[in-house]
Amino acid sequence: MNKENKLSIILRGIITENPVLILVLGTCPTLATTANVISAFSMGLAATVVLICSNIVISALRKIIPDTVRIPCYIVIIAGFVTAVQMLLQAYLPAIYDMLGVYLALIVVNCIILGRAEMYARKNNVINSALDGIGMGIGFLVALLAMATIREVFGNGSFAGLAIPFMENFRIPILTQAPGGFLVFGLVIAAMNKITAKKGGVKRKSFSCEGCPTAHICNQNGSCPTNEANKEEK
Amino acid sequence: MAKYILILMGGVLVNNYVLQQFLGICPFLGVSKKVNQASGMGLAVIFVMLFATLATWPIYTYVLVPNNLAYLQTIVFILVIAALVQLVEIILKKFLPSLFKALGVYLPLITTNCAVLGVTLNNISDGYNFLESIVSSLGVGVGFLLAMVLFAGVRSRIENCPAPKSFKGLPVTLISASIVALAFFGFSGIVENIVARFM
Repeated sequence: MNKENKLSIILRGIITENPVLILVLGTCPTLATTANVISAFSMGLAATVVLICSNIVISALRKIIPDTVRIPCYIVIIAGFVTAVQMLLQAYLPAIYDMLGVYLALIVVNCIILGRAEMYARKNNVINSALDGIGMGIGFLVALLAMATIREVFGNGSFAGLAIPFMENFRIPILTQAPGGFLVFGLVIAAMNKITAKKGGVKRKSFSCEGCPTAHICNQNGSCPTNEANKEEK
Repeated sequence: MAKYILILMGGVLVNNYVLQQFLGICPFLGVSKKVNQASGMGLAVIFVMLFATLATWPIYTYVLVPNNLAYLQTIVFILVIAALVQLVEIILKKFLPSLFKALGVYLPLITTNCAVLGVTLNNISDGYNFLESIVSSLGVGVGFLLAMVLFAGVRSRIENCPAPKSFKGLPVTLISASIVALAFFGFSGIVENIVARFM
């Protein structure tokens, strides 16, 4: 693992294992904060900061944290960083703090962060974990920006609050509302499927125990309802 | 009274957490293939939401605020919820094995469900008192159950549809969720009018 190319660790998070578009983790903020580009950008950045910091700390403490209580430990570490980010935003960028609202606090339960702690940071050294955090964070940010760009340009005829001359007259307001979020996300994933299918296809690991951050607290060993439903499909 | 009905119906229909506010999307997409699984998950969520509100509201009001520790709410709430889920699991296993059998598998999935943390945080930021918080949690929980069951029904029909290859699986599910969300859009504004007519 240590011999792994540093650049490939970062690129993996952005492209081949993009947390949102390939692993389908962290769907709540992806849908909720992408109505406009500014909130998507701030959400992506806040989550990236928390992800990098928590990956570094969890990886540094990986030999100290006992295996049986690791999830509560991870949650406390992540919640600590989320609180720090919340307080910084509230102090210096109150407008963005108000815009993100409850979703900022909900970074705590974002599957991407707990998932990376469980899948990567607890098995790898500090530098690789930090790079993994950067890659996954940028992957998350890029996916959010892609969604937000589509939704804001077509839904509101603007980009990051600046009106676009022609698009302004042909708005589709529903795209900035809740149903539009589901629709655009579905279309973006379908487009990803189409693109990756040409290149041989990417194995989607969504909803399996492997990708589930709660897999070890639930002692179901693959018999959880999500997994069963998946098996039946095959 | 009208206030409570408004909060309740607001949680169930107008501000539906899943379909209008995008909270709890993971279980909504993951556990909605069958109606019985969807209803089991929904009931477990109602259960945990009520208990979480019962625990977090007094902790926030009587422990954190008097000691000027309100900024710790995120950390404290998530720990309380995680501990509570474990506790509920142990108690159910011991005293109500039949209920545990029905809800048990869904409980661990709920710890990281953002709808539960979301409702406790929203109750505080909306300035609800204790009773209002309980009613709002109940409304949100019932709204979650409703969305899950309705969507499981929709989904069981979609499974057999010949969708284009790149739309198979998640994309077609999301697009049908979009249509269900569109239907819920119709409720905005309707609840206030109904309550106003009866009160």
